[in-house]
Amino acid sequence: MISLATLFPLAIALPQAAFWGLALVAVVAALGVVLHRNPVVEALLLVVVLLAVAGIYALLHAWFLAVLQVIVYAGAIVVLITFVIMLLNLGPEARGGPGPLTVVLGGLLALALALLVGRAAAGLGPRVADAAWNPQFGKVAAMGKALFGAWFWPFEIVSLALIAAMVGAVVIAKRRLEE
Amino acid sequence: MQVDPGSVLVLSAILFAIGVFGVISRRGAVVLLMGVELMLNAGNLALVAAARVTPAGGELGAMDGQVLAFLVLAIAAAEAAVGLALVIALFRHKGSVDVDLARMLRW
Repeated sequence: MISLATLFPLAIALPQAAFWGLALVAVVAALGVVLHRNPVVEALLLVVVLLAVAGIYALLHAWFLAVLQVIVYAGAIVVLITFVIMLLNLGPEARGGPGPLTVVLGGLLALALALLVGRAAAGLGPRVADAAWNPQFGKVAAMGKALFGAWFWPFEIVSLALIAAMVGAVVIAKRRLEE
Repeated sequence: MQVDPGSVLVLSAILFAIGVFGVISRRGAVVLLMGVELMLNAGNLALVAAARVTPAGGELGAMDGQVLAFLVLAIAAAEAAVGLALVIALFRHKGSVDVDLARMLRW
């Protein structure tokens, strides 16, 4: 059996192959998220997608974001989703899935989107500026300098939005809607 | 050896499309939110890949794509909190999380 310890140096030696492996996992799990009927299974498959994306972040040298992805997304957000699923005791969807028209139209729209963006991305070519790459790229220090430098106001506005969302969530979930 | 950012963008497009399909085709509010999370992740993936192609001396700093992805992550957390609160409110009101039942604003 291939262990994680042997896979890791392999990923460093062959990043493109590691990327395709993670991409395959992400796409299959994402299809499971939208196609499976049981919400608990969907939430667990979402964790698989998020962890695969975190791995791709690491391959793209976004170390800090990879860690954040695991903590915030796979940790906090999915726990919140699972908590709500358990709280509301949601079973598999009672009614028999989406109608055929919805599936065909949604599938066509999704396919068109994927083709459009994929076609634009295919012309991107290999990345530039490799030689003098900053070794700090993607690490916490560089991220912090950017956040509290050029991105100071967006950062503060986002924290304001977070507080507003927190208060809003409490108010919405607490009060009963009037008839 | 590096990951080709073009292929990351293709994956991002595929994930986004799957998320769109999930939001359009499903009725459960929680699944709908998961579709939105998929789309946000696809957008983040594109941003991080773009950060990899931005030259360090360009108009945009090299870290800008990652900082944007960081901000999107924070907004995604806020979105999940408010969205799930709405799901709970909907469930209390209608006894179900079927989004087709949320038509109180329609006459």
